[in-house]
Amino acid sequence: MELLSFGDTGWGDELFFATLMTISVSIAAMAIGFIFALIFTPLKLSKNKTLNLIGNCYTTIIRGVPELLVIYLLFFGGTGAAMYVASIFGYDGYIEINAFITGALSIGIISGAYSTEVFRGAILSIDKGQFEASKVLGIKKNIQFYKIILPQMLRLSIPNLSNVWQITLKDTSLISVTGLVEIMRQSYIAAGSTRDPLFFYSVAAVLYLMLTFLSMKLINKLEIKYSKGY
Amino acid sequence: MISIFPSLLNGAVITLQLLVFSMFFGLIIGLIFAILRINKNPIINKFAYGYSYFFRGTPLLVQLYLIYYGLANIEFLRNSFFWVIIKEPYWCAIIAFSLNTGAYTSEILRSAFQTIKKGYIEAAQSLGVTKKITFYRIQLPIAIKQSLPAYGNEIILMLKGTSLASVITIMDLMGEARKVNVLTFKPFEAFITAGIIYLFITFIIHNIIKYLEKKYGFQT
Repeated sequence: MELLSFGDTGWGDELFFATLMTISVSIAAMAIGFIFALIFTPLKLSKNKTLNLIGNCYTTIIRGVPELLVIYLLFFGGTGAAMYVASIFGYDGYIEINAFITGALSIGIISGAYSTEVFRGAILSIDKGQFEASKVLGIKKNIQFYKIILPQMLRLSIPNLSNVWQITLKDTSLISVTGLVEIMRQSYIAAGSTRDPLFFYSVAAVLYLMLTFLSMKLINKLEIKYSKGY
Repeated sequence: MISIFPSLLNGAVITLQLLVFSMFFGLIIGLIFAILRINKNPIINKFAYGYSYFFRGTPLLVQLYLIYYGLANIEFLRNSFFWVIIKEPYWCAIIAFSLNTGAYTSEILRSAFQTIKKGYIEAAQSLGVTKKITFYRIQLPIAIKQSLPAYGNEIILMLKGTSLASVITIMDLMGEARKVNVLTFKPFEAFITAGIIYLFITFIIHNIIKYLEKKYGFQT
């Protein structure tokens, strides 16, 4: 227990801040994922074949390759790509992309693919009559989307989004390979300097379990709140 | 591009080995824990639930590190015969992956067992079929058929999971791709080629499962 005390002698405060880092990376990744999902869901549902193909490629490729590969590609390739773009504009210096941004972006791309599938499923499960009814009533397409489809889509996707959240939370552990100090990286450092890996990885496991447990409780509450009246 | 292909293929063989071994052991573990989960004894039930909760609630990387770095810390394990196994990163990876996929498999099989219609079991009982035969001849085949699609997803998730073996020094497909990246400083070539190989394996697994579903699964 001494190892977990706060202050200079223990690892408690470091692990606490690492946990906050995990939470913030997960939330950032989830938000980036939503942006990707909002772009690609309409593409996947579109009747245009080319757009449809683009949407399908995104979800199929991202869900078919390991998460680690996406992270490495952005981590090693991102710097090169950014420097190449900068060199076009006449900047030749070294650019280092922040590990937080790379991590959140790569996990965001992954969670976006899962969220796209969730949103697509939710829209498809909305009764067709509602689309027809709003059309008959002469409601404009974008108002129909914002006022009728979107609210229902969000409500229907809460249970599945909670799964996506769990996946995203666990995937953030992979960002540790790029050196971002979150739970996994901090446990690695602590395990290395105290020579007690069993203890620190167990602590990491407990921290992750706590995060998944607490977020499940929170999401369940949301689910109950938004399914009132159904 | 062509010159890096052979080393990546060597890595892909290791990846497939890891996948096959861990799916095999994982299926056995999953089956045992699924049976424990549908057991009515609350202690056995809670134990099986705890197992699947732990392995589904923590990242695979934590489990891998716990087994690879953590187990070596326990004195009596280091002096026992198990040391031969757990000193090898290859076997540590297989143990971690098997335990992880076992937890997911147990959940898949449990839900399949629970959705079997009671009428089948009652019919078997009224025909005087023993419990053992009811399980092996009626419950198990139906459960396996019903869980095929979900199990296919699990195989693909595990394929992606095996890439983590590269962080504990195993030269699987991901490890080879990292090596190529370090040697040539060409991240895009290395990782995109590896990605294509992963996608290819995913594609094959997907089609095998689809074929099996068509042949043995329930038509819905």
